[in-house]
Amino acid sequence: MSVLDRGPREQIQVLDEAGELVGDPPSLSDDELVAIYREMKLARHFDARAVSLQRQGRMGTYPPMSGQEAAQVGSAFALDEADWLFPSYREHAATHVHGVPLERTLLYWMGHESGNRMPDEANVFTIAVPIATQIPHATGAAWAATLRGDRHAFLCYFGDGATSEGDFHEGLNFAGVFDTPTVFFCNNNQWAISVPRERQTASETIAQKAEAYGFDGVQVDGMDPLAVYRVTREAVAKARDPDADESRPTLVEAVQYRFGAHTTADDPSVYRSQEEVEEWRGKDPIPRLETYLRETGRLDDERVDAIQASIEEEVSAAVDTAEGERRPHPEEMFSQVFADLPDRLREQLEDLERLRDRYGDERFLKE
Amino acid sequence: MSAQNLTLVQAVRDGLHTEMQNDEDVIVLGEDVGKNGGVFRATEGLYDEFGGDRVVDTPLAEAGIVGTSIGMAAYGLRPVPEIQFMGFIYPAFDQIISHAARLRTRSRGRFTCPMVVRAPYGGGIRAPEHHSESKEAFFVHEPGLKVVIPSTPYDTKGLLISAVRDPDPVVFLEPKLIYRAFREEVPDEEYTVPLGEAAVRREGGDVSVFTWGAMTRVTMEAAENLAAEGVDCEVVDLRTLSPLDRDAVVESFRKTGRAAVVHEAPKTGGLAGELTAIVQEEALLYQEAPVERITGFDTPYPLYALEDYYLPSVARIEDGIRNVVEY
Repeated sequence: MSVLDRGPREQIQVLDEAGELVGDPPSLSDDELVAIYREMKLARHFDARAVSLQRQGRMGTYPPMSGQEAAQVGSAFALDEADWLFPSYREHAATHVHGVPLERTLLYWMGHESGNRMPDEANVFTIAVPIATQIPHATGAAWAATLRGDRHAFLCYFGDGATSEGDFHEGLNFAGVFDTPTVFFCNNNQWAISVPRERQTASETIAQKAEAYGFDGVQVDGMDPLAVYRVTREAVAKARDPDADESRPTLVEAVQYRFGAHTTADDPSVYRSQEEVEEWRGKDPIPRLETYLRETGRLDDERVDAIQASIEEEVSAAVDTAEGERRPHPEEMFSQVFADLPDRLREQLEDLERLRDRYGDERFLKE
Repeated sequence: MSAQNLTLVQAVRDGLHTEMQNDEDVIVLGEDVGKNGGVFRATEGLYDEFGGDRVVDTPLAEAGIVGTSIGMAAYGLRPVPEIQFMGFIYPAFDQIISHAARLRTRSRGRFTCPMVVRAPYGGGIRAPEHHSESKEAFFVHEPGLKVVIPSTPYDTKGLLISAVRDPDPVVFLEPKLIYRAFREEVPDEEYTVPLGEAAVRREGGDVSVFTWGAMTRVTMEAAENLAAEGVDCEVVDLRTLSPLDRDAVVESFRKTGRAAVVHEAPKTGGLAGELTAIVQEEALLYQEAPVERITGFDTPYPLYALEDYYLPSVARIEDGIRNVVEY
């Protein structure tokens, strides 16, 4: 039986909090399992470095993702290269799995226009900062793929807060009506800044909202990477190639927790208790998978240390690359507004260049 | 009279507090305005003092926040919804434009919408994408809305109280760049600053410079620098963009015969065009030079590494004013 046939109120788990196998594991090779572990470790380390860069004034506001590694890595791992990923603004790990280099993510949060350019070879849509707006985009792109006869899946991320927006309803409704190959992946991390999940919706679960749109909804332990992978993999397969009685879209609710602040501008101690944070830290996805991999002989101290060393090196290299990038030229503000630069924009750029020449850049830059 | 030295954002809080004490129909609602006290602390302590029925953490849904506020206002309350950043106001745009602004007209006065939509706006704080825009012109363009932008703590409290007491919907935009830039004496008791009245921040005879919000301070700095060169600027802070204080604009322009407008918003379709039209209509024969528009560019607001180029800087403002004076 597909896990997607479970009721939307029954949470799917493969590894329990102690790393014990409690459900059917997905079919993944040893190398793939270790790769998932490595990506999660990389994400955790990247996150700590990014927060530290912000604290040191080397980067702007940054949204941390610690605690959410299993949901991001497990789900993005379920995509094939030709499938598409539609991120919100916190999917640093998921986008990395699907081909976005870490330095690109750093540059975006460092305020460089180049950070907004996804690599041509990565099927990743541009980051959505407004809430839930990417949901109808993912539905539309998936719809277009079916019109073209392409068999790709479209994985769209958003948070629990996003389910309150009109765009959530409209995007899922269209997906149901037009049977689009979209997997709606809700990173339910319990808090939309200071507002708890219970205040976003009176529904018992978010997954059950799918029933009203006419497709499957499933709740998964979002801090269990193997359960997340399994659910997403099945949802992606169904999106591409459903049985006669199946509809393509799926809503996945991945129940998880952000250990840190909403962004580096937020102080979560104002609205949630340390006890609550500690309780969820007990579900930390990384030791959970590490325990399982050690106990099944796939990891040992030596391999764990080697992985740790390699991810630290990879993150350091990305930080060096991003910080080595020169301040963008003001021309970048103007160059991609339209396919062709209109006269009025050309004149405005020329005016700015004339003023920079006349007065010097130091009269424009605050720091 | 007792007073406190407050920042602009503290004056927002003080104004809300004053009106919530005065009138139990005033309620505050929005994302993170309750327990968290607002992401900029504009509603700090209000939840503890007035409770969760009057300081309401809502689901994350701007159309829902403003749409339900319209219903509350029509029923007789005085809602003050907060949109967390102006860049996120657009899901509520339909509610503001199609409904709040026209409820009185459409119902022939049977239903009204005494609501104040508050939102921080503007750039310069190294914020993420979509957090820095200045799109006041969208709202000024809509008949039936009032649009207010304070630039000092004193005005903030007085204008906010006027807005809450106003019988019609007001979009109250707060320049977040100067939320904590300086302090000013703000009386503890209630007072109002009337909507629709500009303030002359600096008197001068050579050129009128019209501005508002965070640009007022930058413009004042440019004006002082130019004074050292012998150029005497009159700086007019419009404070209310709709209805515009045409009398103040025309009076200043008749005195100087020259004008510049400074705003963060993009040039095309921005308020500088409207102000230029007003001086043409009302004081053409006094005009000695083209009106200079010193504004944001006609580009999407850039990520923050380029925002210092985007925003009118002291150097750009001085250069623009010199163009007008030397014409």
